[in-house]
Amino acid sequence: MLNRILAPLSAAWKEATDSQVWTSIFRHGKPVSNRNRALVMMSNVFLHLHPVKSRKAGIKLRYTWCMGGITFFLFLVLTFTGLLLMFYYRPTVEYAYADIVDLQEHVPLGIMRELHRWGAHAMVITVWLHMLRVFMTGSYKPPREFNWGIGVVLLVLTLLLSFTGYLLPWDQLAIWAIAVGSNMARATPLLGTEGPLSASLTLGDISLINAGNDARFALLGARSVGQPTLLRFYVLHCVGLPLAAAFLMAVHFWRVRKDGGISGPM
Amino acid sequence: MIDLFKDLVNWASGPTVLFTIATLGLLAAFRFTQVWSKTSAKVFFVVLAVFYTASMWDPDFFLIVAKPDNIPITGVIFLVFFFTWYAMHQGIQNDRRSAGEQEVLEKQESEKVWVWPDLVYTEMLAMVILSIVLLVWSILLAAPLEQPANPADSPNPSKAPWYFLGLQEMLVYFDPWLAGVVFPTLIIVGLMAIPYIDTNPKGNGYFTFKERKAEIVIFLFGFLILWCLLVVSGTFLRGPNWNFFGPYEYWDVHRVEPLLNVNVSDFFWVKLLGRPLPTGGFFAALMREWLGILMVGAYLFVLPVVMSWPRDRFPTGLKWLSCHHYFEKMGATRYYVGVSLFLMMMSLPIKMYLRWAFNLKYIVAFPEIFFNI
Ligand code: HEM
Repeated sequence: MLNRILAPLSAAWKEATDSQVWTSIFRHGKPVSNRNRALVMMSNVFLHLHPVKSRKAGIKLRYTWCMGGITFFLFLVLTFTGLLLMFYYRPTVEYAYADIVDLQEHVPLGIMRELHRWGAHAMVITVWLHMLRVFMTGSYKPPREFNWGIGVVLLVLTLLLSFTGYLLPWDQLAIWAIAVGSNMARATPLLGTEGPLSASLTLGDISLINAGNDARFALLGARSVGQPTLLRFYVLHCVGLPLAAAFLMAVHFWRVRKDGGISGPM
Repeated sequence: MIDLFKDLVNWASGPTVLFTIATLGLLAAFRFTQVWSKTSAKVFFVVLAVFYTASMWDPDFFLIVAKPDNIPITGVIFLVFFFTWYAMHQGIQNDRRSAGEQEVLEKQESEKVWVWPDLVYTEMLAMVILSIVLLVWSILLAAPLEQPANPADSPNPSKAPWYFLGLQEMLVYFDPWLAGVVFPTLIIVGLMAIPYIDTNPKGNGYFTFKERKAEIVIFLFGFLILWCLLVVSGTFLRGPNWNFFGPYEYWDVHRVEPLLNVNVSDFFWVKLLGRPLPTGGFFAALMREWLGILMVGAYLFVLPVVMSWPRDRFPTGLKWLSCHHYFEKMGATRYYVGVSLFLMMMSLPIKMYLRWAFNLKYIVAFPEIFFNI
């Protein structure tokens, strides 16, 4: 009985995988022989981030927790859902909040905002845990010192991505969280109005650092969180920071390979 | 009975008690490594889960913990505990292996295997599971949206996003130029410097505790206590006006906490000498603050030198201060950079205890130029 259903299915599957379309996409046969297992890794642009063979301990879940991979996957999810959100969202004080309400109430199957927000929270946690695993296995030790440094920058970028995104819904939660966070910039030594020694930067009687040009102003584009801030954070959140992160991830993955693959005892 | 328990938990969550218990607990766990066993992990997680679930019946606890944007904190608590345990557990198992003349697990599994299917399937499975988790989480829980932004109406408390609440908590003990600018920079620089400071060649590429004790103790103290604990308590236990509230306490906006903080200069001039603080001009300010300046200078610039001395130059009782062997092993540059970063990190707990013990506000205070330490 089962055979009567399965037989035509497997015949159809064979038909499909033997077709010209299939074989033009997947140049190699099924990865059942060692030769094809190697070919599948090398001929697929996504899989070729991996080596063909790897030390057994290094690819165990027990060792990497797959945390770096999970972080990368979350980054992809966030890129995709973020793109969809950009179809609806306009970064102006007038529309931003209303667009978010619309997203939740009028867009069919509207859980893009949820996926994006919870995914972002999750990514912050997984990047911490990834760092914890890399530390606890001593994987920052030579020859991987530089890749650890790249990782630290990625950690900072992840936090900044999350921080800039926090402002975009333009609700009370958003602007006050950003206000609290960016108030710190006022206290930057030399460069903030209320920072140590800033008052000593003067040209004759005129003090060079004021609320209209200090570090906080550069961050907000204004004296307080407002339209220029929203635009600035939007551009950073949707273009600048993701580009920087994607670029550094490419370097990060390349270096994992070039530093000898996942770390292991000598 | 329940009220007594709640009072006890509220008391134990106070900044002073919680920080002290957590630090001592962590140090004890490093000393008595048998606690990283599977049994104690199970007991610990069951207790934590029961405590968490039972507490949901308390309205004040529920209000804070169930806020949509606070859900990640619950995640942080359980995940960070789990993975710290997991890493330490594997490290200690490996230490047992090497003590018994066996190779560490990662060495035993050195043979090469095919990435397809061994790794690729794991990754696909991880993606599927994660997608399901995210979808369920997103369907069940709507993303929060509060009232439209109103620059004239600041909520109390105003909190930064949760992952920055460790920094916001630091504001209680340090001025913004330190808590918001200098320390974050030092955290980033310090993390990046780790591979260049740590010259211990052992423990590269496998879990171990025995072979890297100092590194692990310092890193986990920073990560678990100074970062994660402060994030968690900043989210759950800091209410209006950044006052402390226990997990079962109502966030009363009108509660006032007296601030009786005094500076080192007050201690010296007013309390010790019984004189008013020197006033007028730059040199008077220097006079006023000389003791604090001396203290900070000694901590940052003299202590590292003293710590590099060999043990026999220390009086008994202070010998533990000697880091001479590190100085020898690491060389002068690495040693000074490493020790300076370490002392800066330790300045946070030191300042905390000074505040709790003496109500100390500033060690050095030049409010005229916003330079307060
Ligand atoms: C957006 C953030 C990040 C992504 C997407 C990412 C991704 C990855 C991936 C996929 C790997 C392969 C092994 C694994 O999964 O563990 C890896 C390895 C590594 N990562 Fe990251 N990472 C990120 C952030 C970090 C951070 C914050 C650090 C450290 C501060 C770091 C340091 C390293 C190091 C040293 C390795 C090599 C580990 C080894 O060979 O065992 N990465 N990363």
